[in-house]
Amino acid sequence: MSESIISAQNVTKKFGDNTAVDGISFEVKKGEIFAFLGPNGAGKSTTIKMMTTMLRPTDGVLKLAGHDVTTERDHARKAFGIVFQDPSLDEELSAYENMDLHATLYSVPKKERSARIQELLELVELWGRKDSMIKTFSGGMRRRLEIARGLLHEPRILFLDEPTLGLDTQTRNLMWNYVKKLSQEKGMTIFFTTHYLDEAEDVAERIAIIDHGSIVARGTTAELTKQTGTKTLEEAYLKLTGSTIRDDSDVGNNDGLNARLARRNTNLR
Amino acid sequence: MPFDIIYTLWLRQVRRYTRSGSRVIGTLGQPVLLLLALGYGIGAIYRKAGEGDYLQFLVPGIITQTVLLSSVFWGIIILQDKRFGFLSELLVAPVKRVWILLGSTLGGATISIIQGMLVFIIALLFGFRPDDWLLVGPAFLVLVLMSLALTSFGAGIASLVDDFQGFQSINNLLVMPLFFLSSALYPLTSVPIGLKIISTLNPVSYMVDALRFLLANQSHFGFGKDLIVMTLTFAVCMVFAVNRFNRIQM
Repeated sequence: MSESIISAQNVTKKFGDNTAVDGISFEVKKGEIFAFLGPNGAGKSTTIKMMTTMLRPTDGVLKLAGHDVTTERDHARKAFGIVFQDPSLDEELSAYENMDLHATLYSVPKKERSARIQELLELVELWGRKDSMIKTFSGGMRRRLEIARGLLHEPRILFLDEPTLGLDTQTRNLMWNYVKKLSQEKGMTIFFTTHYLDEAEDVAERIAIIDHGSIVARGTTAELTKQTGTKTLEEAYLKLTGSTIRDDSDVGNNDGLNARLARRNTNLR
Repeated sequence: MPFDIIYTLWLRQVRRYTRSGSRVIGTLGQPVLLLLALGYGIGAIYRKAGEGDYLQFLVPGIITQTVLLSSVFWGIIILQDKRFGFLSELLVAPVKRVWILLGSTLGGATISIIQGMLVFIIALLFGFRPDDWLLVGPAFLVLVLMSLALTSFGAGIASLVDDFQGFQSINNLLVMPLFFLSSALYPLTSVPIGLKIISTLNPVSYMVDALRFLLANQSHFGFGKDLIVMTLTFAVCMVFAVNRFNRIQM
């Protein structure tokens, strides 16, 4: 069995007295494509924010490539690349300048910079637009550029937080083919969250389903359907997480507010 | 010190500024208006009252106001980064936040310095003449110091608020009083005691006073005191900005 490159043990995140992530543990193997599924407010984004050093866990240990995200933050940061859920490019800089800035932030050796930027921009088919300002780019072009940027410092893990939100089918297809290729050819570990069950089924080797801050099931699609006695991943997912609609966003800081509002509404009744 | 990172973030700010012609022109509109309305409008009355040339008195105040506005408005870029996601890219990078803040703040200060110099040139066209051309060099250094202090102030404020409305109210409640209740527009010798106390507590008054001493040979507090207050303001604002910036959670 190959070694695990992401390891979470009893990871908990509390906002006030609201627990957004409740003692979750999981391992992701090197080179694996791993999907995190869950309804809105389940704790997906909070977990990914903790893994990417944007939030500190209240409790538990999270390690990326052997580095603790809290105590060895900069080492952990060099180990991963991330494509954020929301756009994160500087609109008033060109594609090349955005890449160059990233290379500086991650101390990519100066000699290699221009060659690597060219290689990646060609890969995502944006080399011809390298000097255009980002504000002239479409949503799909921005996403492609963000992926190229996330790979610039040759990370061992790539995090993708809802990467296909708002993309058309063609771009989605292209993106996932490319991500699969990266995993196969470079042995890169891919960790992604998504709302689309078909994506998880097609792309991921293993899936974890999170709800109310806890992991309720994990395994391959076949294992998940077997565990739940269902035929498809969608049925398994609905059986595990219920079919009621969840309100509001997954943003950690809002969870506390929602909980407070919910309590207040109960009191009013 | 990671100079390449500081330089890159400085360059980012300067590039954004030089590419936006409307921003350059837009921020110069107000000082020109003030020079016209006050310099020429009030100037006549000022002279009649036997106080001398108002334009000479006013220009250091207008330069300071330009730097104040430019610096605090520059804070909007940090707010934009926060709202539109680029800050996430900066904050997960394996770089200490203080270097990110330093590079960006130096960039913001550079923009304020350029704006201040542009207003100085415009003032020359309006008929302003420095008392001693040799002191324009030291005046430039004062401009640098005040730009650094006020840009740190703007960065701290931007880290404090989460939306543009909040930033707007801070602008109205803080920046406008800092300008109007300083020694920028009127001599402190002839104002009511209440206003005099407020203006004396206002650090912007000392910035105006330092520039006025070097450019127009007029001083209220004394140049030494001006420098001490400016340096202290810079130190306090920088500590405040670093402190706030370190606490940002996305």
